[in-house]
Amino acid sequence: MKTTGRVNGIISNIVIVKADGAVGQNEICHVYCGDTKMMAEVIKVIGDDAYVQVFDSTRGLKIGDRVEFEGHMLEATLAPGILSRNYDGLQNDLEKMESLFIERGSITDPVDFDKKWEFKPLAKAGDKVSAASWLGEVKEQWISHKIMVPFVMTGNYTVKSVAAAGEYKVTDTVAVVTDADGNEYNITMVQKWPVKQAVRCYTEKPRPSKVMETGVRAIDTFNPLAEGGTGFIPGPFGAGKTVLQHAISKQADADVIIIVACGERANEVVEIFKEFPELIDPRTGRNLMERTIIICNTSNMPVAAREASVYTGMTIGEYYRAMGLKVLVMADSTSRWAQALREMSNRLEELPGQDAFPVDLSAIISNFYSRAGLVKLTNGQTGSVTFLGTVSPAGGNLKEPVTESTKKAARCFYALSQGRADSKRYPAIDPLDSYSKYLEYPEIKEYLDERIEKDWVEMVYKGKTIVQRGKEANDQINILGDDGVPVDYHERFWKSELVDFVILQQDAFDDIDANCPVERQKMMYKMVLEVCDKNFAFTDFEQCSQYFKGLINLFRQMNYSEWESEKFFDYKKQIEDYITNALNK
Amino acid sequence: MTTRAFQKIYTKIDNITKATVTLRAEGVGNDELATVGGKLAQVVKIMGQNVTLQVFAGTEGLATDSEVVFHGEPPKLKVSDNLAGRFFNAYGEPLEGGEIVEGEAREIGGPTVNPFRRLQPSELIATGIAGIDLNNTIVTGQKIPFFADPDQPYNAVMANVALRAKADKIILGGMGLTNDDFLYFKQVFENAGALDRIVSFVNTTENPPVERLLVPDMALTAAEYFAVDKGEKVLVLLTDMTLYADALAIVSNRMDQIPSKDSMPGSLYSDLAKIYEKAVQLPNGGSITIIAVTTLSGGDITHAIPDNTGYITEGQLFLRNDSDTGKVIVDPFRSLSRLKQLVIGKKTREDHPQVMNACVRLYADAANAKTKLENGFDLSDYDERALNFARDYSERLLAIDINIGITEMLDTAWTLFAKYFSKQEVAIKAELIAKYWKE
Repeated sequence: MKTTGRVNGIISNIVIVKADGAVGQNEICHVYCGDTKMMAEVIKVIGDDAYVQVFDSTRGLKIGDRVEFEGHMLEATLAPGILSRNYDGLQNDLEKMESLFIERGSITDPVDFDKKWEFKPLAKAGDKVSAASWLGEVKEQWISHKIMVPFVMTGNYTVKSVAAAGEYKVTDTVAVVTDADGNEYNITMVQKWPVKQAVRCYTEKPRPSKVMETGVRAIDTFNPLAEGGTGFIPGPFGAGKTVLQHAISKQADADVIIIVACGERANEVVEIFKEFPELIDPRTGRNLMERTIIICNTSNMPVAAREASVYTGMTIGEYYRAMGLKVLVMADSTSRWAQALREMSNRLEELPGQDAFPVDLSAIISNFYSRAGLVKLTNGQTGSVTFLGTVSPAGGNLKEPVTESTKKAARCFYALSQGRADSKRYPAIDPLDSYSKYLEYPEIKEYLDERIEKDWVEMVYKGKTIVQRGKEANDQINILGDDGVPVDYHERFWKSELVDFVILQQDAFDDIDANCPVERQKMMYKMVLEVCDKNFAFTDFEQCSQYFKGLINLFRQMNYSEWESEKFFDYKKQIEDYITNALNK
Repeated sequence: MTTRAFQKIYTKIDNITKATVTLRAEGVGNDELATVGGKLAQVVKIMGQNVTLQVFAGTEGLATDSEVVFHGEPPKLKVSDNLAGRFFNAYGEPLEGGEIVEGEAREIGGPTVNPFRRLQPSELIATGIAGIDLNNTIVTGQKIPFFADPDQPYNAVMANVALRAKADKIILGGMGLTNDDFLYFKQVFENAGALDRIVSFVNTTENPPVERLLVPDMALTAAEYFAVDKGEKVLVLLTDMTLYADALAIVSNRMDQIPSKDSMPGSLYSDLAKIYEKAVQLPNGGSITIIAVTTLSGGDITHAIPDNTGYITEGQLFLRNDSDTGKVIVDPFRSLSRLKQLVIGKKTREDHPQVMNACVRLYADAANAKTKLENGFDLSDYDERALNFARDYSERLLAIDINIGITEMLDTAWTLFAKYFSKQEVAIKAELIAKYWKE
């Protein structure tokens, strides 16, 4: 018997329900407003009053309206057919909704339950299995989608039978397993998992030891993001958060990309809908949409579902990770999720923390970020979820609670600066404030020695020092005037400008410059460092600035030229001559 | 609202605050309208039998025995083609006392357009103002506010933009508009002979502030009727959104909610987004474009209202008084239209993006030269030329009283380039220079 209840109070989207039986924290219930059935989640229980947040508008709801409790938490449906879909925060397929407007209580299936998949068994009768063990596989787009023992099945099982290769629907039984007591369990291709709980079906979670390449120089070269790592991008509006995230989602070296548009502009999602199916993934030569899943709860969609959207995205990420895949989950923006938490906490009349955010904000954020990671699966293979979030700090002030809490949780910090954005230095990632903790990992150092070049990390720090010294020199120049400092200061400043213009800045709207593979980054960076090692001994500051402006122009032309094309080598030659000439003078 | 048969009339109010009343009632729906002592009110909270109503006109004069009648439905607007040419108050009642518009009654603040059904905005809106068309092109389906100081002529600029834009309907949502400004809008629209394509919902400073909360939803419900049902291009003007947000703060304060930054309610972002996100390009060719005004205090854009707005809207336009020419210009540095990339050089002439960037860059050089001058340094020949260019650029292109087509703007820019600079200094792609340079 399901617990039922009656509406006994309404404050915006918080509804107080008098329940006639047991109610669980975070349990899902349905609130009936006339013929409309709206989903809601229990967020507080006092006596037999359950406080539920409704994932829809409560307009017209009345005292005494019926509520049914479902006996489970908010769950994601995990099955073949998730790739390329466009979901709302509760995993309703937006494409399947016929009408122009999203009507209240719209529910659509997350996958096609009628579609048949070509199943191939991987396990055989007698195999010992546990949750997330691979039983079979189907081809979903271009990935091999593993059919696993459902994550919720704890303990050990023995495979009794596996279906023969052939076509099956996701709800067909494809395997039967037995537990120690001989009870049989039918396994289908579809399973459910409560989104707010981390999937922990792996043997170990080692430290990240590889780099997730993004094609963005300011990230890959200066502050690399590890595969299975976490990072976040805070920045005021107009600083280019979304452009940067879109660039990464197009270029990142991942098998599956999950984009969670959380409380942001609908037109930005429309851009993905329109562009991605037209773009080709340079690694696989396939349509970008084939590896992408979009979860979209734009700013005008129900606030409570905003929180659900990031969890749904992460859960789908963990599902694909368990198949041994490299998954990148991106959320834009986690501040909107935090604001949703604030709205709820406010309506529940909880004592507020800083800026009226709930006091456990920091704990919620770090808990969420900790779900990312590289894992060793039970069969010895590895899979990873890399998480990259954006933060929209109020007033562009990085000392606000969401930024500070995220800073404690994420290992990479890509601060977008207003100053850089104003002077059109894009991506506006501040080279001095930003950091990647992964540069300190011996595993990553070793990996980069192998992947790029020996002692690469030392070279990265060298570049950072050049930028730092350039900034100090520039401060002096600004205080004392161009003539008031030695020419040497100008040279130092211009060397840092060279690093800035050639390495840090990148044109996201240029077909060639937008995506810079690591081999190319290495070559450009080494050329720039070589220039910085030279001592030009300019006679005056005007000569110095003239010289570097010319040099920067040549380097930029090289950035705009196709990799290893004739034009590319021509500019390279011009740069070498330009430098030799200056040194011989 | 007339009383219907068998309608229950409540006559015992338990609590009265400045903006809300609470009474015991049954069978009341959330968001439902009611009349309290003749004043319109809306249900904002129900706890068991206790129903809290927000009284739009304020609770002055209400007594514990005032009559309360529930209407059984949320606020609605009757939509039909007859809305055009009419002026309404925040409740959708005719202002000039004319006939009540008949039509289908639609709930205001309705559901969201499915993002998957939206189209990417791609149609340019020409305003004749170079600060907008040339530097910050606006497209249909976009939402963009003017960030302006209270002393700037933002309403005049907006009225101009509205008249020049080739919109099928213009919907004005006035919140806390002074009576003078309201009459100004009315007169400008009348003089332009455009009244038949304008619908206005106006709350003036003479009306109670909380009433304003209905204005954007009323305006956008009318906009959705024309855009969705009729496939028309609709331009919605909302002025002033800062006063709207202030009204939100008043209500949340009266309801004892904990304020967040700048005394604004914690839900400010969602509240504003619900309005602005109604901007849409529809598959049937119809569109809703929103141009709003957010007044700033002392130019501070880090205040919660402009800050949240900036995260929601697709860019922002700044007005500035240019001291060199004595004209009001659209600031080329701080203004931004995020959707301009979708049309410039595609729907406009190929040289548009490069010319735009070159102008702004040279204008920035002039700004640097000016700083140099102010600090007592000597100006180089280039600095002098940049300053002269800036003056001409400001006067012949940026000033908001200029009204020319985009191609003419581009030609004017090329004329100015040739007048003051060498080809190298302008630094535009060689092919474009060859084609457009004016000797």
